[in-house]
Amino acid sequence: MSPHVRRQERLAKGVIWMAAVSVMATLVFIILYILSRGLPVISWSFLTEIPRSMGRLGGISSTIVGSLAVTVVAIVIAVPFGIGTAIYLAEYTRESFITKIIRFSAESLAGIPSIVFGLFGFIFFVIFLNLGWSILSGGLTLAFMILPTVIRTSEEAIRGVPYILREVSYSLGANKWQTVSRVVLPSAMRGIVNGVLLSIGRCVAETAAVMLTAGSTLRMPDSLFAPARTMAVHFYILAREGISLENAYGTAALLILVIFAINVGANILLDRFMTKGR
Amino acid sequence: MAHTKISIRNMNFFYGQKQVIHALSMDVYEHQILALLGPANSGITTLLRGMNRLCDLIVEARLEGEILLDGQDIFHPEVGVTQLRRRVAMVFDIPTPLPLTVFDNVAYGLKLQGGKSKAEIQETVERAIRMAALWDDVKDRLDESALSLSGGQQQRLCIARALALDPEVILLDRPCASLDPISTAKIEESLHTLKESYTVVIAPHSVQQAARVSDRVAFILMGELIEIAPNKEIFANPQDQRTSDYITGRFG
Amino acid sequence: MKKTLAEVVTEKTFLVLALSAISALVLITVFIFVQGGPFITTQGLGGFVFGMSWAPSQGEYGIFPMIVGTVCVALGAALIGVPIGICCSIFLAEFAPPLLKNIFRPAIQLLAGIPSVVYGFWGLLFVVPFIRHYLGGPGLSILAGSIILAIMILPTVVSISEVSLIALPRTYKEGALALGLTHWQTIYSVLLPAAKSGIVAAIVLGIGRAIGETMAVIMVLGNSVALPESILDPVRTLTTNIGIEMGYAAGEHREALFATGIILFLIIMTINALAQYITRRR
Repeated sequence: MSPHVRRQERLAKGVIWMAAVSVMATLVFIILYILSRGLPVISWSFLTEIPRSMGRLGGISSTIVGSLAVTVVAIVIAVPFGIGTAIYLAEYTRESFITKIIRFSAESLAGIPSIVFGLFGFIFFVIFLNLGWSILSGGLTLAFMILPTVIRTSEEAIRGVPYILREVSYSLGANKWQTVSRVVLPSAMRGIVNGVLLSIGRCVAETAAVMLTAGSTLRMPDSLFAPARTMAVHFYILAREGISLENAYGTAALLILVIFAINVGANILLDRFMTKGR
Repeated sequence: MAHTKISIRNMNFFYGQKQVIHALSMDVYEHQILALLGPANSGITTLLRGMNRLCDLIVEARLEGEILLDGQDIFHPEVGVTQLRRRVAMVFDIPTPLPLTVFDNVAYGLKLQGGKSKAEIQETVERAIRMAALWDDVKDRLDESALSLSGGQQQRLCIARALALDPEVILLDRPCASLDPISTAKIEESLHTLKESYTVVIAPHSVQQAARVSDRVAFILMGELIEIAPNKEIFANPQDQRTSDYITGRFG
Repeated sequence: MKKTLAEVVTEKTFLVLALSAISALVLITVFIFVQGGPFITTQGLGGFVFGMSWAPSQGEYGIFPMIVGTVCVALGAALIGVPIGICCSIFLAEFAPPLLKNIFRPAIQLLAGIPSVVYGFWGLLFVVPFIRHYLGGPGLSILAGSIILAIMILPTVVSISEVSLIALPRTYKEGALALGLTHWQTIYSVLLPAAKSGIVAAIVLGIGRAIGETMAVIMVLGNSVALPESILDPVRTLTTNIGIEMGYAAGEHREALFATGIILFLIIMTINALAQYITRRR
């Protein structure tokens, strides 16, 4: 090996390691930056008190409820449709014109910017269906947004189930639906749940789409038709309007903790519990 | 003369354009073990899958000819395919426990049928596991995942699962191909008791296994039936040169 | 094989569910276009797209500076993010020891999960002052936006490129190494070209994400509607234009924002179609 080649080899390896290390460092830096300033703000009263004077005082309880509510609506709507689509694509049909269109639609939906979902949700749910700025409008808009994620992750999980398990089920006298519901879906559950968790994370983190559809009131929402402010929107308003840097940090830290719990904590739990019985 | 359980008449089988079984006719006698002997890719797996219509699942596949079960064509519209698959059960070449508990694996087919009481299911499951010579291994582990069993135990579980359907015919596709000799011996042992109550068709993974377990042997090559004869005759005095070459290990 | 009635019913049920994705896309397209389309036709597409002035109070609606802003920020993000992203995917596919791989991959996923507003906030408090201090200008700038977006498109670029690198047959690598190529020469002259279409798709989708991002850049771009002269100038993008003004817009102004949404939608759909075409062609 000539010295030139050896130098080139070492340089390339160095650059690649450096890129990886710097990305990792940036991630850690961002998280620590927010957490170190935000964690001290989080207290019991911060979590349980309603925001006062625009969020300058008090806690963020109503925005936690807001986030939770729009997320639940989005999941309840998107998950059945998404998993149903995945089952159809993976089990009930061969590649055809219709599957091509379904796939194209799902992939296109996945690429649409959240602000466009916001525009759509505003004009369709808030104005056209006359739901007003509400948890329902926000949640339904988010459902549209996460639909492609649920479809893609569920389809991958279903296709990952070994074909022989289906044959076994048929050979024991099962029909298609029994095979899908008793063998395929339970075997794919780990992947499907993972996709749902990913979607929950996206709902909690989303700002643009909910800001235009769920409103930004700080009152505690009392029905699905009531407007609500989510944590992410609250954080954005606090930071952008410069209302309270301290509470902004606190909200951001809580958001990061939630995302972290979904990404890391849930995975550990899944590994522990979902591998049982298989 | 034994009663004919399954009769295959002039069966041709195609995957798309490719023909894998050529004008095959043969009879399977009740309460006997028939071994389908032949090298890999001879169409034996396809033949087995024809007998309980698992080949229906493959979209490009096409079957011609007749397969009669107790004299009735299994492709007749009046024959329910799920009913047929319960009467003609299948064990695959690799252990295929479903991702359920040991108990639920064996009870799977029963629960699908419905209309059975809990006690009935429990009783049938236990009987099936006992017949598959697995009871002592798993009697304390019924609620554990079937995937926690060893390979040999898993395969016997699959046999128990088939038996729980109370089938008439059991198809075994190289059931010991991935097992150790001890597990293989256990399964072969249970086959001898099984034929008292069932008709067994097995694709053995070796000539030796065919010799050990079967009453009759069919030698199949490239999708053609070369000859079919009682065990003793075919090994002592094969009629066809190709059969002789195969069982003496010249090829295969 | 004849299907029972129950089988047919279940199949049709799933078909109906599966039509949800198509209906969603159609609904979105129709409502955005119905709401913003008439504005474009009365205003004239040319005047809207190439108009230099955006002053809703005076009835002036030109989004050309925003299109330029969008392109600048997205390209900047790609210039910074793509090389780093590809390096990271090579790291994951070729260099990372298993332990690091198991930390690095979830970390990249976590990067994708962090709310975009948090990136914007961090950019505002850290990147913007940094630029203002060391490079001059207001700090709120194309550069700040590009840096934030570069981080945000990493997960897209890394995961898709990594998948296409891992999907290569092992024989490619073994063959090249057997010919006496070094590890890096193998990566550079065999693996990367072989995975080209996947990597290009990753870049295209990354750019798509950068163009579509709103909340992160809204805080760091400065949002002024003017043609930028350098990467240290503030700009406004198509997305931030909607994000900032939608809250109080009404009448013609709101229609103009929906029209902005149409242009954004068309750009993104073109990019998506391009990415899908590149991946399918393989």
